[in-house]
Amino acid sequence: MKVSLRVENLRIYYRTLRGYVKAVDGVSFEMGDEEVLGVAGESGCGKSTLGNSLILLKPPMTYMEGRVFLDGEEVPIWDNEKMRRFRYRRISIIPQYAMNALNPTKKLKVLMDDLLREHGSDFKSHTAEILRRLKMVNLPESVLNMYPIELSGGMKQRMVMVISTLMNPSLLIADEITSALDVSTQKAVIEMLMEFKSRGFVRKIFFITHDISVLYQIASSILVMYAGKLVEKASTDEILEKPFHPYTEMLISSLPKIGIKYGERKLKGIPGQPPPLLKPPEGCRFKDRCPYRHSKCDEEPPIVEISDDRVVSCWKYA
Amino acid sequence: MEAISTRRELLFFALRNKKMRVGISIFTFFVVLAIVGPHLTGYDPLDYVGPGYHPPCREFWLGTTTFGQDVFTQLVYGLRASFFVGLLGGGIATIIGLIVGFFAGYRGGMIDEILMMMTNVMLVIPTLALLIIIAAYLPYRGILIESVIIGLTAWPWTARAVRAQTLSLKTREFVDLARISGMNSIRIIAEEIAPNMMSYIFMVFILQFGGAILSAVGLDFIGLGPTRGISIGIMMQQAVLWNAIQLGMWWWAIPPGLAITLIVGSLYFMNTGLDEVFNPKLREM
Amino acid sequence: MMVLENVTKIYRIGTFGGKRLKAVDDVSFEIDEGEIVSLIGESGSGKTTIGKMILRLIRPTSGRILFNGKDIGQFKKNELKDYYRKVQGVFQDPFSSYNPLYKVDRIFDIAREEFFPDVGRNEWKNRIEEKLRSVGLNPLEVLGKFPHQLSGGQLQRLLIARALVMNVRFLVADEIISMLDASTRIDVLNLLAELKDSGLSILFITHDLSLGYYISDKTVILYRGSIMEYGDTEKIFNSPAHPYTISLMESIPRIDERWRMRSAVIQGKEKSIRNGRMCKFYHRCFKGDESCVEPPLIEVEKDHFVRCSKIGT
Repeated sequence: MKVSLRVENLRIYYRTLRGYVKAVDGVSFEMGDEEVLGVAGESGCGKSTLGNSLILLKPPMTYMEGRVFLDGEEVPIWDNEKMRRFRYRRISIIPQYAMNALNPTKKLKVLMDDLLREHGSDFKSHTAEILRRLKMVNLPESVLNMYPIELSGGMKQRMVMVISTLMNPSLLIADEITSALDVSTQKAVIEMLMEFKSRGFVRKIFFITHDISVLYQIASSILVMYAGKLVEKASTDEILEKPFHPYTEMLISSLPKIGIKYGERKLKGIPGQPPPLLKPPEGCRFKDRCPYRHSKCDEEPPIVEISDDRVVSCWKYA
Repeated sequence: MEAISTRRELLFFALRNKKMRVGISIFTFFVVLAIVGPHLTGYDPLDYVGPGYHPPCREFWLGTTTFGQDVFTQLVYGLRASFFVGLLGGGIATIIGLIVGFFAGYRGGMIDEILMMMTNVMLVIPTLALLIIIAAYLPYRGILIESVIIGLTAWPWTARAVRAQTLSLKTREFVDLARISGMNSIRIIAEEIAPNMMSYIFMVFILQFGGAILSAVGLDFIGLGPTRGISIGIMMQQAVLWNAIQLGMWWWAIPPGLAITLIVGSLYFMNTGLDEVFNPKLREM
Repeated sequence: MMVLENVTKIYRIGTFGGKRLKAVDDVSFEIDEGEIVSLIGESGSGKTTIGKMILRLIRPTSGRILFNGKDIGQFKKNELKDYYRKVQGVFQDPFSSYNPLYKVDRIFDIAREEFFPDVGRNEWKNRIEEKLRSVGLNPLEVLGKFPHQLSGGQLQRLLIARALVMNVRFLVADEIISMLDASTRIDVLNLLAELKDSGLSILFITHDLSLGYYISDKTVILYRGSIMEYGDTEKIFNSPAHPYTISLMESIPRIDERWRMRSAVIQGKEKSIRNGRMCKFYHRCFKGDESCVEPPLIEVEKDHFVRCSKIGT
């Protein structure tokens, strides 16, 4: 696999009055060119922080250490000015509440023009391409002259997708874009995303979600995060067939499916809660909820390379 | 998930905020002056205690008026009057505004329509004109009456603002929960909605306080203030009436106006600062 | 126990209140004792509105809701209070359901003040602790805390415990799972299923079919305010009859089967015929055509009803 995105030992903390919240605490991984990497985990695990840090470090997010490389070039995420070269052109994002992110007082055409001008281009030069893509997502040309409030939720979602991918970024970060949607709209949005990818409008997708079943549908690899740490990364098929990390295992077995009824087979949840990230516990952060815990778990577990593209962070496999 | 600021956190941010610091300092200075001032001077504000037209000297810190009244004494007693109006007038306006706003916002329907109609009518009538008319018809004007009529005319904008806030809070799920718990409207407004607007109510009161002071100055200045006694507005009226500026009596013409400007200005400063304190997103870290 | 008869809710929207929005359109179904009924629909389907009407937070424009035979719309103050003693709700956002200024204990205090003023403090305290334990919470961990100090799962369970302490017979659970994490969801779901065993009836409102399948006896599928299909849960999921239900089932992401991705994106008829009596689902339906006017209610099998003109084609 040709490595296109490489993240080394990334640490992003949130600065608060009471100290640093260790949201992303030493995460390293690689993405191949044209890969869809699914990033899964419960809320608060750091997946959103990780994704957002790759494009915009907004205070109180603070860069602590780590390096990021995209297509061989270092990405200076700590320097907001230098990042302008990358933002929107090579790395783009569909933020979590994208539909609400459209400025209600601007017509969509003006919005796009402003955005493009910020990045050294303008609406006129892209008009043909924009119209082509609007057609692809079944949006009429007239939306360009409308205000966001005139569009339905689904239309806004499609609009945001067109805007975010206009400059054919190498990396697209999709932050929980389907979480608030019902199943049929969810499927439509995902299909659209994959269509964009197959046409080369985006190369790699960093797909953040808490819903593993969605990842099964579109991701080639899955990265599981827990309490700021990477606990497992493997190809989708491998991870779902035989998850290695106890958290992944419990997460997958707690997924309700059609065909499972309470009366016939009771699903098991994961008792307890994630640890506080202000002062996380020593050693493995999952130890308090892990059924396989033993004394070694009080020490920080190593990141074990099971195979070329499979890593687990657990003493079971050391 | 919102981080709920504890009182200590709020205090910390309040004291750190530059606008708050500036505002509070200036305001406190004048409050202290109003409380302590009258004890520092042995004079009565309206007595003729010295030679007229006298510039500031050791005996008369801010000089004397045309008639030989001590300007400093007038100022500190006047401050007391102004603060009284601010407190009472502002207080009345705030309370009426809150009651109207809460009920209109929470109950909706016919009550909302009626209350808002009243509010809109009052909003359209120019306040100063109304005050002038009322004041002109009163047989006797004291500072109490002045405060009351100011309070009774200044509440409409507060009512609208509070209604808007109430409308938005009403849709929150904890209000639904309160309703299915059998709580009645008054209880819900008092215990669920109002406490969540405390910061807003506080800021509203500050604005009403400042507004009341200004209205009083306005009334006093055109001669419709208290028939007896002294206030900042009356001082300004007298100064203009007796050509203080043309006669070069800066010690009489400037201090009252300056005092009002600083007081009301400091209140607005505090208000803006408080906005930052209460809204975590606006805070500088 | 709870019967909805031709319930409709129309909102007036637009600048001068000219347009009308039919949020709920002639909905009828019932929930028996000790039954869990799932109300499944997308956002905008009217499911939350129905929940709120059952809780009398909103009044229906027409139709009635009967609880044990009595029309809840006619209740006066005392009867309403009595109603709330037996019927309660838990809402979607646990953090929004608590007034952030007070400790969580307050929800129990209010319940006692309003509904059980004669119960002694100690006895009440014991009841609370017993029910907290029964929902899987440790009283020492949750009592005396502020909402922001607890997790979403704990807050939701507290609300369920509150309904249990009040000994309600009917619970409206409006999307209570969607804001919880994967690991907590199952626990809360299992809790609801256990409660049913002790005689509680639950209206489980959700957009997630798999959750509905997991715990409910009957299912109602709602689209744009109208019922498309309803009946016994297993029958509906094993042989879905309505095109909407079929497309929903197809869209669920599974972990044992991949979607067949369509390269043409967002299918559907662009313009829907502006006829108020057309089937609401017409513009997204792969079977629909102009003959889908006022689709009839058909009994496909016992305990399985569909509202569609194209059954059998």
